[in-house]
Amino acid sequence: MRKKDSIVFHRPPSVLAWAAVGGKKEAEGPLGNLLDAATADNTLGETSWETAESDLQRRAVQLVLQKAATGLAGVDLIFAGDLQAQCTASAYTMRALDVPFAGLYGACSTMAESLGMAACFCAAGLAGKAMALTSSHFCTAERQFRTPLNYGGKRTPTAQWTATAAGCCLLGAAGNGPRVNAVTFGRVRDYQVSDINNMGAAMAPAAAQTLLNHMQAVGTTPAQYDSIYTGDLGQVGSALLCEILEREGMPLPNHRDCGLMLYDRQNQQVKAGGSGCGCSAAVLCAHILPGLAAGREKRVLFAATGALMSQTLFLQGESIPGIAHCVELASPESS
Amino acid sequence: MEKGTSPRPRSRNMRLTPGEYSRMVGRASPKSPLRRDVVWAFLVGGSICLLGEWLRQAFLAAGHTLGDAAALTSITLIGLSALCTALGWYQKLAAKAGAGTLVPITGFANAVVSQAIEFKVEGLVTGVGAKMFVIAGPVIVYGTMASWVWGLLYAALRAWG
Repeated sequence: MRKKDSIVFHRPPSVLAWAAVGGKKEAEGPLGNLLDAATADNTLGETSWETAESDLQRRAVQLVLQKAATGLAGVDLIFAGDLQAQCTASAYTMRALDVPFAGLYGACSTMAESLGMAACFCAAGLAGKAMALTSSHFCTAERQFRTPLNYGGKRTPTAQWTATAAGCCLLGAAGNGPRVNAVTFGRVRDYQVSDINNMGAAMAPAAAQTLLNHMQAVGTTPAQYDSIYTGDLGQVGSALLCEILEREGMPLPNHRDCGLMLYDRQNQQVKAGGSGCGCSAAVLCAHILPGLAAGREKRVLFAATGALMSQTLFLQGESIPGIAHCVELASPESS
Repeated sequence: MEKGTSPRPRSRNMRLTPGEYSRMVGRASPKSPLRRDVVWAFLVGGSICLLGEWLRQAFLAAGHTLGDAAALTSITLIGLSALCTALGWYQKLAAKAGAGTLVPITGFANAVVSQAIEFKVEGLVTGVGAKMFVIAGPVIVYGTMASWVWGLLYAALRAWG
């Protein structure tokens, strides 16, 4: 059922299985022992970083299929995306998986976007089971968006660290897993931030707008959620989000940011925090979904944010459009 | 947002304006620790230059001419920088030293070598060859142009004076 920008499910689809895969730095972080698999070697034995990222995705898919005790034949559609130009990692992962595939690009918001799409397809009966899959790799992102790994550059305090991680969820129309109650696809917000080393600031207004839209449409207040998770705003963006929502009359006492959860910011030298599609995906699959399944949390919002910037338009002096997609999740036993 | 394009009731837009937000971003974004960065840059950059001077004196003591000693010093520093870049050390030092490792000739070598390593996997011509000077190229272009302009000025001053 449509309420303003939100889609509220009469019969909420269920997340049947999920898996998070991380790299070395992620394994050393606070959520390290909650990851389903971690690799000490970020090349994953491949000759290029790009193929290594596809390997991360493939591992995540395999783990989910194992957990769900099902094969690919039971999956009707995969929504997948990543940061590489033309969604390269996802497309090359799909070479080895014989499943219908729809590629998505929402920058770091892709996990919420793919999860939302998969939930809609399952709830509408358009897919029996659908998968949502995203990844990012520090080394592919650096070489595409910034400078070579061995280039001697200094990071600014507002810069964020692209996670080497992948997350995958399998959804079905019914099941015993955490439920997807509602989805709000965000509107692009651009508040004229043009510093590509301050993505958190570029994305915070989009996150605020989507959270406002979602809670207005669904008719809830922040206090009704155990946690409100945002994806990858980092330290600066999180502070700005809370300030914006305070001004808009909806303070967030229970806000947590995936970019601040994946790493120990003091000791892992990630400056303002983590980012990348894999960051919120890993936190979703290693922390949020297990928490709901175990009943530690009953009802949460997962709002992943993306900076939809282009290298070309950035050089042409354009500011960075931000987006945020919000998925409302609930534990299996809550009504 | 234009009105009347959607039959659905629109969600409320935020009151926040870009101007207000720009001030909020300024307050929320931590500045680089200037004093610490400057000290690091001074000490590391100074040490690299000191090493250069020590090398130059050593080459002079070995009997090289002034010009040859300068050239040998540059070549040695470039070689050392390339080696440190390949071993991944230069980038670790630069993360602290900033301009201290960027400004000396070693920074230029690092910019070229790091590109060459990164794009090796795309082939020797289309990868290493094409990408090697992406970072360093502008320095060469504008360095050459600047010396050309100064050369003209110098010639003009000589002709008049």
